Parts: sequence; structure tokens; C-alpha cells
Amino acid sequence: MKGQKQQYVTIKGTKDGLTLHLDDSCSFKELIEDLEIKLSLNQKRNEDVPFVPVKVKIGNRFLSHDQEEEIRSIIRNKKHLVVDLIDSNVITKQEAEEMRKKHEIVSVAKVIRSGQVLKVEGDLMLVGDVNPGATVIAGGNIFILGTLRGIAHAGFNGRRDAIITASVMKPTQLRIGDIMNRAPDAVQTDNNLMECAYVDDNETIVVDRLQQLTHLRPNLTRLEGGI
Amino acid sequence: MGEAIVITSGKGGVGKTTTSANVGTSLAVLGKRVCLIDTDIGLRNLDVVMGLENRIIYDLVDVVQGRCKLKQALVKDKRFDDHLYLLPAAQTSDKTAVEPSQMKNLVEELKQDFDYIIIDCPAGIEQGFQNAIAGADKAIVVTTPETSAVRDADRIIGLLEKEDIEPPRLIVNRIRNHMMKSGEMLDIDEIVTHLSIDLIGIVSDDDEVIKASNNGEPIALNSSSKTAIAYRNIARRILGESIPLQSLDNDPKGMFSKIKKFFGVR
Repeated sequence: MKGQKQQYVTIKGTKDGLTLHLDDSCSFKELIEDLEIKLSLNQKRNEDVPFVPVKVKIGNRFLSHDQEEEIRSIIRNKKHLVVDLIDSNVITKQEAEEMRKKHEIVSVAKVIRSGQVLKVEGDLMLVGDVNPGATVIAGGNIFILGTLRGIAHAGFNGRRDAIITASVMKPTQLRIGDIMNRAPDAVQTDNNLMECAYVDDNETIVVDRLQQLTHLRPNLTRLEGGI
Repeated sequence: MGEAIVITSGKGGVGKTTTSANVGTSLAVLGKRVCLIDTDIGLRNLDVVMGLENRIIYDLVDVVQGRCKLKQALVKDKRFDDHLYLLPAAQTSDKTAVEPSQMKNLVEELKQDFDYIIIDCPAGIEQGFQNAIAGADKAIVVTTPETSAVRDADRIIGLLEKEDIEPPRLIVNRIRNHMMKSGEMLDIDEIVTHLSIDLIGIVSDDDEVIKASNNGEPIALNSSSKTAIAYRNIARRILGESIPLQSLDNDPKGMFSKIKKFFGVR
């Protein structure tokens, strides 16, 4: 019986390091048992060797947080191995929903007036103006087809690569990630048409012509929904 | 069945009460039955502007709290032969004496008897404002060509959009022609694009208006005044007539056609 036991754990070496393939059709208990056995085999004690990062591929199995921790601790305890990443083909609905929200472009057609706040998780496409005293906040980029006179905050989770575009750019404040920039006190005379704001290498917000974005943020072109 | 129009602005001192008095008066002059309601409880002055202060016996709070009947509290303006009534605010209570639902019922009751109910809204966005807009079907936002007033008007429009009210219309009040021409004041075009709502009228700054309010005679009664015509035009636009905007200066070509242009858009 024992001799015919299926191999639930396979170890493969690639040029990137070790990869553990864990079978996704057996029970979690069987998997753990096999993992224990596999890792206790051929012990070559070599105390000075640094920790080796491993990738763990678990196929179509879904691991709860506790199960994930268990696997990590087994691998860590048995050998000079450290789990670099656990790669699963499945995610929870909740995670999927969050991912979708982060990547979708929310389009809104209205005037955001003084005192109003519009907040979205992903990118925001606003057809209308942002009036002074109003705020638009997005987890990703902000595209405004209209006049931006209020406050725009792109990448509010800390994404500094987010950008803000507006047909007419006359903001009271621009914020990208954790960086802030306010309008100059002097009255601007140019008409600020079709402009974009981004964070440059000096970590300041720069306002430039919209056309510059093609070079600065090539990943804005997302033909397949972005995921 | 009448309709209720609330006159509001957010900012104080832009001319809500004057506008309410004059638009109400103009509608009465045009033969409609009008009831003015002052909802500025504790700081009433629509009665003063209308010259009806000494005839007040009961007020809005008395009606709402059941101390008198609605008919008893209405102050009749004798100048208009049964066309114009005022429901005054209380001077001794404050805004919390009335609930929005009570206002709604009150306005519904008045709508049975009158063609137009003009509700004068207090400044601010607190309960007084909530009371004033509770029963309204339509709203008129008053602003002056000042940045602060336009900013507050923007806020108010945002709040009105959340309510079950027709999109508000705009009156730009107290326009100083020479300042607007020299570019020291926001021009009307700019205000209307900024607020993106329909313009229903413009009123110039006029010393006569202050004189008339002090005398308790709304300027709209004085048919020779240009300002009176502006108010009457607003009233006629409320009735659904389409009337071009008044020219602000003696050069009818420039400004006139400019204003007419976006009036034509609506």
C-alpha cells in the first residue's frame, strides 16, 4: 500500500531556484503528510548554506490563511528553505472583486460641486467639471473631460505612478499618492488646455502636455482590461 | 394646484428676501394668486420688506404647533386685492421649532389655494434650509457676481440636486455694470458656465431697491424702474414666457446679444 502511494509533492529545480509543486486533488491532510516526508528525506546538513527561496505552486487548490501559514512553517522548519511565494490558480470572490474594482474605469457624468466628494477604487473617468471646493479621489488614474478647478487625488493608496488629466487644468490642489502640490498663487494666464499631471523623478508633481504620457506612462495603454 | 418655488443662495446678504418679495409681487401684479412664506425663523424680515410687519398676529410656528389655523396666520397685502399673502416667520423661536415634514404638509395645504408659493430660505445649509426646501417643487438660486457667493451657490445646487426638486434656475443679482465691463467682477457668462444651470434673470445693483425695501414697498411695484422690469421679466419667465434678458448698459449690441446667446441655449 505504502509503495503505491501517489506522489503529492514534487520538487523541481529551475534556473530561478526551487519550485515545489503540490498536488491539488488530494486532501490537505495527505498533502501535509507527504510534504513532511519529502522534506525530511535526503537530509544533507550543511549549516553554512544560506536560506534558499522556494516557490510553491499549489495549482487549483485554495488555501485559507491558516493553511498557508502551516505550509510555510513546515518548509521553513525542515530545511534551509524559505517560502518566497505561494502561487495558486484560484482566488476568493472577495479578492477577485477587489481586483476588479482596482482595475476598472468608473465613468461618471456629472458636475462635482463644492462640498461634494467623489471617490472610486479604480480609475475615474469624469465627464463634467470639478468645481472649486469639490474633491475627486481615485485609487488609480483620474481622467477629466471638463474643467478641473477643485482638488484631484489620484492613487490614494500610495500609487505614485498614477496620473491626472483634464481638458482644462486649473486645480486648487493636485495630489498623487502621498505627494501634494497646490496651484501657484499668481494668476495663470495660459489656458491650460489638455494637460496631465504626474510625479517625476524628483518626486514632485509636474503638469505637462497630455501627449507626453505616451512616453512617460506606456502602461496606460491597456487593451485587455488590465488584469 | 399651485407650485412651490424656494428662493435660496447659501450665502447671506445676496438678496434672497428682496428677490422673494419682488418676484412674489411681480407674480401678483401679473394676476396670479401668490403666497410668500418666510422660513427664516428667528431672523424674519420678509414682512419688513413687504411693509406688513405691523399686521402680523400669528406666524409659521403658531400654525405648525397648532395654536392657530393656517388661514388665520396669513397676512393679506391690501395693495393686491386678494392676490398676495404672506406667512411670516416667528421671531421668538428658532429654526428647530419646525420639522421638514411639517413644512411639507403646510406647503401642500397652501398649494390648494394659491398659484404660486414663494418660499424665502434662510442663509446656510442647516435645518432652516432643509425646512425651506422640504415642500418645494422648484428652486431658484440667487447669487451675486462675487467668487464667494458663486462658491456657496455651487454648494447649494449640489444639495438641491440630491432632493426631489426640478433642476434649479439662477438669478444673478446686484450686478455692477461698470465693474463687470472693466473685468473687475465675474461676468455672467463665467458664472453660468461655472454653475452649469439655466439662467432665469439678471438684476442690476440699484440704490432704489434699498430705498424701496426701507419703505416697505417692493421695487417691483414701481413700474418705471428698470430693476422692477427685471423682476417682472423673471416672473414672466416663471410663468413660462420666453423673454430676452435685459441689456445692462446703453449699448444694446454687445452685452445684450452676448447674454441672449446663452439664454437661447436653454
